[in-house]
Amino acid sequence: MSDHTVRAYDDELMEIGRKITEMGGIAETMLSHAIQSLVKGDTELAQRVIATDPKLDALEREIEEKAVLTIARRQPMAIDLRALVSAIRIASDLERIGDLAKNVGKRVVAIDGQFAPQKIVGGVIHISDLALDRLHRVLDAYAHRDVEGAMSVWKEDEEIDQLYNSLFRELLTYMMEDPRNIGFCAHLLFSAKNIERIGDHATNIAETIKYLVTGESMTTDRPRAADGYTPLSTP
Amino acid sequence: MLEKITVKDLKFYYGANLALKGINIPLYANKVTAFIGPSGCGKSTLLRVLNRMYDLYPGQHAEGQILFDGRNILEPGEDLNLLRSRIGMVFQKPTPFPMTIYDNIAFGLKLYENLSKSELDGRVEDALKRAALWTEVKDKLGANGLSLSGGQQQRLCIARTVAIKPEVILFDEPCSALDPISTAKIEELIDELKHEYTIAIVTHNMQQAARVSEHTAFMYLGELVEFDETSKIFTSPRDQRTQDYITGRFG
Repeated sequence: MSDHTVRAYDDELMEIGRKITEMGGIAETMLSHAIQSLVKGDTELAQRVIATDPKLDALEREIEEKAVLTIARRQPMAIDLRALVSAIRIASDLERIGDLAKNVGKRVVAIDGQFAPQKIVGGVIHISDLALDRLHRVLDAYAHRDVEGAMSVWKEDEEIDQLYNSLFRELLTYMMEDPRNIGFCAHLLFSAKNIERIGDHATNIAETIKYLVTGESMTTDRPRAADGYTPLSTP
Repeated sequence: MLEKITVKDLKFYYGANLALKGINIPLYANKVTAFIGPSGCGKSTLLRVLNRMYDLYPGQHAEGQILFDGRNILEPGEDLNLLRSRIGMVFQKPTPFPMTIYDNIAFGLKLYENLSKSELDGRVEDALKRAALWTEVKDKLGANGLSLSGGQQQRLCIARTVAIKPEVILFDEPCSALDPISTAKIEELIDELKHEYTIAIVTHNMQQAARVSEHTAFMYLGELVEFDETSKIFTSPRDQRTQDYITGRFG
């Protein structure tokens, strides 16, 4: 796309884009470290994840302020307006992803000492890998304004939902087997839920990318797996 | 939506120079249509063709059709005085006549209609009310129109236009010489006026086009590049040239 007649306008938009990329990088690292700390029971790494979160919060505020200022100053239209609205939305999703990763970190600190059997953790690793992959791909799609890439992430979210549901049932089984498992299983369950929510935020970002590039909002509902609570209703 | 005016394959020449290269566009009844585009794109020319203002100048001529309620007004033999009373125009610079506020409005009325003094008073008051000027001038109708502020003068011109009960009003950059408060008053007025009239407005102020109109036409080099709902034009235009223009990426 050609440049604006007013070069400072281009600089402002590019600066906001760079900040989003920076936030994306931080959110990705937080998620990846949170998962590592969970798998290895590494409380030190978990503490680092927790300590990183304020940086993400600050960046979100900065992006929002810059976007609002640009709107006030330039009265953006069309693609520029969509770029700014999208930046605010994506920054907010990334900030939430940071919060959720931080929460996983807190749980790792909380279950310190209670080592979860590897086969239980296995399910969490699987869902985490998927979420991490979605986040990575959707950030890539944002950087390249790639609607197709974004839509492939959007369509795949169902897989994470389904995985979460089966993990939910698995963890319930462990809890029923031995009440001593309840503590860390509950933490694992919440962690898995957090990671599933991160997948949702990745699909939000995918929707925003579609709006950013095409000007169209998603009109159809995302394919969804049945809610995690339903399998509980035993006769 | 009813098409009050339909422009069909309109070509316009300043001498040998082709200024409009085959324009097709509807003006919907009781809606505001905005025309945007860089200087020299033909938007003001198009407006001037719509009520055949160009007939005042030798060497200018139009081809194609402008259907006004289904009748082609480009046909020879069209009664131009009647046409211009049905399609009024408000210009960039306020142009009150050098006479009293009252006479500025009564002048046109007397030209077209035979009214008694009390009927005339009523029509002047009505026009000033429609132009949202009445409360400001009702105690000084005998004052010279030129003694009013720029914004008031422009509303006086709008009052003068609506007094003769046109069906269409053409605004050619009506706010470009006005301060923001006067501009807001004119925009509010346009919003009111569209309930009774069909409105076309040429503006260089993109935000103004976005604020006041239902439809927007982007013109460039004598061509109509894009015509669509205003909400679409300013959030996701189809044509790259429209996008470049409204986002400030032009030349």
